[in-house]
Amino acid sequence: MIRICQEPFDPGAEIRAFEKNEKSAGAIVTFVGKVRGEEGADPVKELLLEHFPGVTEGSIAKIERDARRRWNIDEVLILHRVGRLRPSEPIVLVCVSAAHRRDTFLAADFVMDYLKTQAFFWKKERRDGGENWVEPRRDDYLDAERWASPKET
Amino acid sequence: MARLLFFGKLGDIAGARTREYVLPAGVDVIDALIDAIAREDETLGAALSEKSVRFAVNETIAARDAPIHNEDEIAFLPPVSGG
Repeated sequence: MIRICQEPFDPGAEIRAFEKNEKSAGAIVTFVGKVRGEEGADPVKELLLEHFPGVTEGSIAKIERDARRRWNIDEVLILHRVGRLRPSEPIVLVCVSAAHRRDTFLAADFVMDYLKTQAFFWKKERRDGGENWVEPRRDDYLDAERWASPKET
Repeated sequence: MARLLFFGKLGDIAGARTREYVLPAGVDVIDALIDAIAREDETLGAALSEKSVRFAVNETIAARDAPIHNEDEIAFLPPVSGG
């Protein structure tokens, strides 16, 4: 299941619901990504998360399909905020269930790497000193490259 | 008239997130559209020409040489930063 949320979500409640619905899995991995808090003279006050309705959902669905091709997993939940967020607010939740734990760890790791590099979202940081669009991090692309296989190219 | 969508930093550079735009005669692929925009707005043209920019035509991801027509919705997508 993929959900794009305009309003804050409660990771605990979502995870409880996921676990409750999951009847037969031996393993569940959950990941919560949050807006990082910053120290210093001019910290981020607000994050604006933009998406492309009609296209972003498809880009996430593609990531889920990719994960399902690679690993033997059961249920997947991907929740992603859009709109205005504050430091320490959850941005993204990924839950994966499977019969065996190795598949859940790898699939969740993969989904996050691909959400960072393939999903159509754009973040803008708002500080007292001004605004800037977040540029992709080289580390995110290096992480995503770990999953590249001859089949991909 | 085509509808152009500018996401992320491209919206700031374009001065608007959406723009109605009549495709000039002969402009029938995205590449040519970027050239036409560049003639009017060098900065925006340069930003749209960056290799990392991706495109969608009527909500389907498209390549730089994808055909376009008036009545299409053409989106310009800069490098992403989600997750």
